[in-house]
Amino acid sequence: MLSAKVTVVFKDGVLDPQGKTIFNALQDLGYNSVRSVSTGKVFNLRLDKSDKQEAERELNEICQKLLANPVIEDYRIEVEQ
Amino acid sequence: MKFGVVTFPGSNCDYDTYAAARYILNEEVEFLWHLDTDLKGSDVVILPGGFSYGDYLRTGAIARFSPIVKEVIKFAREGGTVWGICNGFQILLEAGLLPGAMLRNKGLRFICKHVNIRVESVGNRLTAGLDPGQVLHIPIAHSDGNYYDYPERIEELKRNDQVVFRYCDAGGNIIPESNPNGSVDNIAGICNRDKNVFGMMPHPERAVENVLNSTDGLKLFESIRSYYSRRAAV
Repeated sequence: MLSAKVTVVFKDGVLDPQGKTIFNALQDLGYNSVRSVSTGKVFNLRLDKSDKQEAERELNEICQKLLANPVIEDYRIEVEQ
Repeated sequence: MKFGVVTFPGSNCDYDTYAAARYILNEEVEFLWHLDTDLKGSDVVILPGGFSYGDYLRTGAIARFSPIVKEVIKFAREGGTVWGICNGFQILLEAGLLPGAMLRNKGLRFICKHVNIRVESVGNRLTAGLDPGQVLHIPIAHSDGNYYDYPERIEELKRNDQVVFRYCDAGGNIIPESNPNGSVDNIAGICNRDKNVFGMMPHPERAVENVLNSTDGLKLFESIRSYYSRRAAV
């Protein structure tokens, strides 16, 4: 069994209104060191696979097909034993 | 002619759409269930508004894999008329039948109000019965209606006459103030390159009787009907 974490984020340049709103709230709270905020989604998956490369290949397919919308989102896959 | 209206778990404009086509337009309509694998002889398939599959993951992202949508994709590739309204538009984007994607509204709020949209193209069966530049008064009701695509693909849409509606003011001017959700170029509705698949955020089925404050939405239903009656006459 392998555990995987998939992180989906907006591509650079795509409007992230929630990130912008959170950024504005942080400015209002006085956290002036914060320069930007972007939001995303995290998916934790458990796969019945032993080969890490094989798991990554399948996760890549899963991301392309469902978890991310390639028009507006990028994704990152991390597989752990 | 015959309309098919798809019901997904979470659709909530299916009955309004059915009523518009059946009782106002007086045409034949069938409900199609999301698990169906048959379009029951529909000439036009409408994917109505709502929150299919709870809008989980992204709007339309789960619905696009339902059995009926597989049939709709096949139907579209054969030239059948597919019309996605609001959530239906979002599903068509996720299914890849229309280009682009939807982002959350720029102001982050759910917006429910009448807006004005300008007919940008009449070179298709949805708007062939209207005048270029005609302004329609039709309501919107959505959180994720901020249409987005890469600048070069937006240029391609324009080049191919695929931008069907844009948000405008009452006088038909396309200005930033008339853009309710942040959509690129005020785009409110588009079609595919072959001009048989349509997606729009405004709800024409909510503007088909005087009691609803506008009958402008009915003009789109009528335009589609004329297309099919002309075809039958040939």
